[in-house]
Amino acid sequence: MIINGVTIDLTFAEAFPMKATRAIITAQNEKWAMISAQAMTGFATSVIACGCEAGIERVLSPNETPDGRPGVAIMIYAMGGKGLAKQLETRAGQCVLTSPTSALFAGIAGGKPIPLGKNLRYFGDGFQIAKKIGGKRYWRVPVMDGEFLTEATTGMVDAVGGGNFLVLAESQPQALAACEAAIEEMKKIPNVIMPFPGGVVRSGSKVGSKYPALGASTNDAFCPTLKGMTKTDLSPEIESVMEIVIDGLSKEDIAKAMRVGIQAVCDLGAANGIKRISAGNYGGKLGPFHFHLQEIMA
Amino acid sequence: MSALTFTLKQPTDQRVDMSPLVCQKLQGLDVDAIAAIELQNGKSRPRVDELFYITGKNTQEIIIAGSTDKLDFIGKELDGGSISVLGNAGAYLGMQMKSGSINVSGDAGLYAACEMKNGLIQIDGNAGDFLGGALPGNKQGMKGGTVLVKGNVGQRAGDHMRRGQILIEGNAGDYCGSRMVAGTIAVMGSTGRYLGYAMRRGTLLLWNQPQLSATFNDCGSHTLAFLPMLFASFKSLDSRFADSSAAFNRVRRYGGDMAETWRGEVLVRR
Repeated sequence: MIINGVTIDLTFAEAFPMKATRAIITAQNEKWAMISAQAMTGFATSVIACGCEAGIERVLSPNETPDGRPGVAIMIYAMGGKGLAKQLETRAGQCVLTSPTSALFAGIAGGKPIPLGKNLRYFGDGFQIAKKIGGKRYWRVPVMDGEFLTEATTGMVDAVGGGNFLVLAESQPQALAACEAAIEEMKKIPNVIMPFPGGVVRSGSKVGSKYPALGASTNDAFCPTLKGMTKTDLSPEIESVMEIVIDGLSKEDIAKAMRVGIQAVCDLGAANGIKRISAGNYGGKLGPFHFHLQEIMA
Repeated sequence: MSALTFTLKQPTDQRVDMSPLVCQKLQGLDVDAIAAIELQNGKSRPRVDELFYITGKNTQEIIIAGSTDKLDFIGKELDGGSISVLGNAGAYLGMQMKSGSINVSGDAGLYAACEMKNGLIQIDGNAGDFLGGALPGNKQGMKGGTVLVKGNVGQRAGDHMRRGQILIEGNAGDYCGSRMVAGTIAVMGSTGRYLGYAMRRGTLLLWNQPQLSATFNDCGSHTLAFLPMLFASFKSLDSRFADSSAAFNRVRRYGGDMAETWRGEVLVRR
């Protein structure tokens, strides 16, 4: 398949089941809601070493938030429920509770309830106050700038992590520009996050390493500087490869995000140095969710 | 199917225990069976049809017409459905109610909503003492749900209240929120003496400055984020509480009762 001079490989992205939750952070203004959200979703690019994958889903207007203030929806994904709950609580405690004027609310109504502010309330040292409003339980924790208002729990749901596609370009600037265009469009899709810095990862990995202690190492087949030294997957004109990884609440959400992302890359086309779109998989052995690129773009 | 309506034939001299006439107990019964139910009336036990004219069939929607303050225990342990009281209600209205709704067009007597667990009680007139309180000797009063009173309430509103909310458009008598364990009582009118006497936790939300005991300490004026959400949750009520002009988020906060566990609060509109 070729779109605007860009070859879509006959391959698939392989994704695996994860657990996910969403939280809504509000603040006095969007600036401080975003600061808190960025802190909470920081150092959360990959479950390999961060314990979770997290990202900002979108900015919320005051009429979309529970307390009528500007807000930001963030999502956190982890391999299991316990890990997710721990990451959520730790991050909420260190990054939202601490952030001036912030408040924290559940972003998923259904699913299994996991603690959001339920345990953070103990920071109140006995001065915390519970309030049940509209059937939901909230905690008011006294802090130095006033009160930290938080919902007791949020919902945890089954999700999909590791959807991806690779952008193969003639130069590094061209690969990055294409990925930026893709991320711009993918951010408009609900229920997904792209957890890597700016949504783009330049160090795609393969499973295993020559060093026994490492479970993953550089994806040498897609490293352009190794074209003559390894079993490469790159043609001579490819000088840079970048990857976009997507976590989503469902397979359909990821497929939708991949489609608009790949389309944005293809819109730039061969004229802008974009040669191929590929995807990362492990031969179909690791994850049950397969995103076939040509089917998605059909 | 029209509402099951009990119209009082004539005012009774003695008090009547209305607790058998709740939606869940009448479900599945035909009119003859309902008419044959015996109600305690003083020392006698007349049949329902001796006291009331019965019309309609829908047991999940009950109307008690021509009601007087002699009819006690209306909606006791109600678990779903609705009861409309046209007139006044006696004591123990909605006692230990679990879910559903009760609407009283007139006044309610003592212990309305006492030990209520959930649901909605709306009283268009006044309510007596111990609204949402605990029965004598019990440690926990209202445990959930919403009580809305459009008129005034007597003394000891929310005594031993554990959870839920009591909304009073009028005035509250003495000892409002006494021995309160948690929950919210909002009073648009004035409050009497000994407000929050021995309250442990919970919130008394007031529109007017109260006469506070020496055991409540001033914590200053604050803008509290939970208040707009609380007011937003009142939107569905047929009440002045649902009016957006009634909402505020700036309050003077008083902590107390310092003679108890001092974790309750009185919030006064600023």
